[in-house]
Amino acid sequence: MIDDTNTQIVIKDLWKVYGKDTKRIFQKNLINKSKEEIQNETGCIVGMRDINLEIKKGEFYILMGLSGSGKSTLIRALIRLVKTTKGSIEINGEDITKMSSDQMIQFRRKTFGMVFQSYGLLPHMSVLDNAAYGLKIRGVGKEERYKKAHEVLETVGLKGWEDYFPTSLSGGMQQRVGLARALANDPEILLMDEPFSGLDPLIRRQMQDELVELQSKLQKTIVFVTHDLHEALKLGDRIAILRNGEVVQVGTPEDIITHPADDYVQDFVQDASPAKVLTASSIMSDIPVITYAWEGPKTALTLMRGQKKRMGYVVDQNRKFLGVITAKELQRLLDSGEKYKSIPSSSIELVESVHPDVLIEDLFSVAPQNPYPIPVVDENDRLLGRISSDTIFDSISSNGGNNE
Amino acid sequence: MNKFPELFNLPLAKYVDKAMDWLLIHWEGFFDFIGFIILKVVLLFEDLFLFVPWFVIILLIGYAGWKLVGSLKTGILFMVFMMIIGLFGYWDLAMQTLALVISSVILALVVGLPLGIVMARSDRAERIFKPALDAMQTMPSFVYLIPALMFFGMGKVPSMFATVIYAVPPVIRLTNVGIRTVDVESVEAAKAFGATKKQILFDVQLPLAKPSIMVGINQTTMMALSMVVIGSMIGAKGLGMEVLLAIGRIEVGRGFEAGISIVFMAVIIDRITHSFSVKKPKKQKKNEVTE
Repeated sequence: MIDDTNTQIVIKDLWKVYGKDTKRIFQKNLINKSKEEIQNETGCIVGMRDINLEIKKGEFYILMGLSGSGKSTLIRALIRLVKTTKGSIEINGEDITKMSSDQMIQFRRKTFGMVFQSYGLLPHMSVLDNAAYGLKIRGVGKEERYKKAHEVLETVGLKGWEDYFPTSLSGGMQQRVGLARALANDPEILLMDEPFSGLDPLIRRQMQDELVELQSKLQKTIVFVTHDLHEALKLGDRIAILRNGEVVQVGTPEDIITHPADDYVQDFVQDASPAKVLTASSIMSDIPVITYAWEGPKTALTLMRGQKKRMGYVVDQNRKFLGVITAKELQRLLDSGEKYKSIPSSSIELVESVHPDVLIEDLFSVAPQNPYPIPVVDENDRLLGRISSDTIFDSISSNGGNNE
Repeated sequence: MNKFPELFNLPLAKYVDKAMDWLLIHWEGFFDFIGFIILKVVLLFEDLFLFVPWFVIILLIGYAGWKLVGSLKTGILFMVFMMIIGLFGYWDLAMQTLALVISSVILALVVGLPLGIVMARSDRAERIFKPALDAMQTMPSFVYLIPALMFFGMGKVPSMFATVIYAVPPVIRLTNVGIRTVDVESVEAAKAFGATKKQILFDVQLPLAKPSIMVGINQTTMMALSMVVIGSMIGAKGLGMEVLLAIGRIEVGRGFEAGISIVFMAVIIDRITHSFSVKKPKKQKKNEVTE
C-alpha cells in the first residue's frame, strides 16, 4: 500500500525500556509479557513496545494517546533526544539509532525542526534571535540568518515583534516564535510535540487553522503529537493511536472514526463529533430532478411533476450547476403566454453550493440560508449531488459507523 | 572503667602532619607558583585602589549604588558610608581589605565556575563534590588557616588561599543548581536544532542559570569578606587587623570603629553583588502586549 520511494520515516521493531540492564527483557520468557508483569519481575519500565510505523513524505502524521502512552517518547526518539533500546528508525534511508553523536548533530541540523509544548524559547534572546537560533547553531552568518528570521516571522504573523522578548508575548505568540524558529531551518521534517496544548481553545483553533494553511503551502512531513482527538482528526492525514507504549491503530481520520480497532479507540472516538471528520461527499445523495437549462419550461415541469417534487436543480450542457427553479416559477412561465424555448436565467434562483470535501461541521452555516437541500458541486461547478438538512442532522446524531 | 581506653588511639594527627611534610617538600615549586600568582593578583588590586584618588572611588561606589542597586538614595547612603570609613582613618586599610576580597572572589570564580559546570554535567561528579562541599562549609573557618600557613607562611597569600577555599562552595553549588534547573525544553530545543554541548552550555544553560550563579557570587563575596577579616590573624593587613589589635589591647572604641567599617563595606558589597542576580526589566517598545 505504501509507496517505498515516498516513504521518509520507517520505524521498525522499536523499543524503549527504562531501568537497569534493559536488554534482558528481550529474553524469550519475558518479551511477550505485559508491561506490568515485566515491571514486577525486572523493575524495568517499558516506555515503547515493538513500534512499527511508516511515515510518507509530505504527510501530516499524528501520534495520539493519553499521557504515558509513549507518544512524546516516540517523537523524541525520532530526533534521538531519547535513546531507544532496540529497533531501528530509518529517516531518508539512514538509521539514526546507529549514528555517532557527531553525525546525529549534523543530521538534526539539516533534517529537523521541532516545536515544543512549553515553547522552549530562550528568554534572554529577542524574538528575532530566537527565530534565528537554529541557523546560528548551524553557523549561518548574522546577516543571512536575520534575513531568514524576518521572513519566517512574517510567515507566522509576527512581523513587527522582532525586538520583543518572548516573556512579554502571549502564549499563542510565543508558540508562533517556536514555529518560526523551526521553519527558519527549512527542515524536511517538522516535529511538533503537543504544540497547542498549552493554549486556550480559541487561540488553539486559530493556530490549527493557520498550520493547515501553512502546510498546504509548505508540504513538509509533519509528525505531530497530541492528546486531543479533535485536533488529530482536524489536522492529520493519518493518525497512529498509542496506548501503554504500543500502537493500537493507524489510519486516516475517517478510518479511525468509522472503524475503531478496539474498545480503547472506540472510547476515544466516542465523544468525537463526526461533523468534524466526515465530509459532504459521505452524506451526499443523488439529485432526484435535474432540470436542463436548454429545455423548455413545459418539459421541465413534466419531469418535476413526474418525480412529485416542487423544485429542480438547473444545469447546462456540461452539467454545470446554474441554480434551482421551482415548479411554481415554471408554471408562471407557462401561464405568462410567452413561448420559452429554454429556461430564462432570470427564473433561476441562485443558491450556495458546496464542494464534496467540505466538513459536515461547515454545512451548518450554509443550511439555514438555503431553503432547498444543499447542492454539491465539483471544482468545475458540475453538479454531483445534494444534501438535505435532515441528512446533516442525522449524520451527527447517529454515532460513528452507520452514517453512510 | 569510665574512661575511654588509652590503649586504642588513632594517630590521625601524625599522619596528616606527615602528609603535609611530604607535600611541602615535594610540591614546593607548585605552592611557590600558586603563591606567586595569588600575590600578583592581590597587589594589582591593592595598587589600583590605592592609586585611584579616594573621592573617585567614593563617586564610583555612589554611582553603582544609584544605577545598579536602584535609587539615588542608596547611592548617597553608600557615599556616606565610605566617607565615614575615611573619617575613621581607615581608608587605606579598607582598600586593602577590598583588594583582598575582590581578588579572592575572582580566584574563587576561576575555580568555582568550571567545577560547578562539571558538577552539573555529570551525576557522578555531583555525588563526589556534594559531601566535599558540605564538609568545607561546616568546617570552622579558622581550620583553613593552618594548612595555608604551612604552605605559604604568613601574610596576604595564605590569607587569600584560605579565603578562596572557604568562599568557593556557594558559587560551585549554585552554578550546579542553576544549570540543572534550566527549563528542560529550552535545552531540548537547542539539542533538537543540532547544538553541540558547548553551544548548549553558552547559549542556553549559562545565560538561563545566570540569576542563580549571581546569587552564588553574592554569597561567595560575603563569605570572602568575613574570611578576609579572620585572615588578618595570619598577617593579612586590613580592617580585620584593626579589630584583632583592638581585641588584644582591649580598646573598645577602636574595635567599634573598625567593626562599623567592616559592616559598611559588607552592606555595600552585598547590595551591589545582589543587584546582579535580580532580573532587570528588559527593554521593550511597548508595555501592553495582547494577542
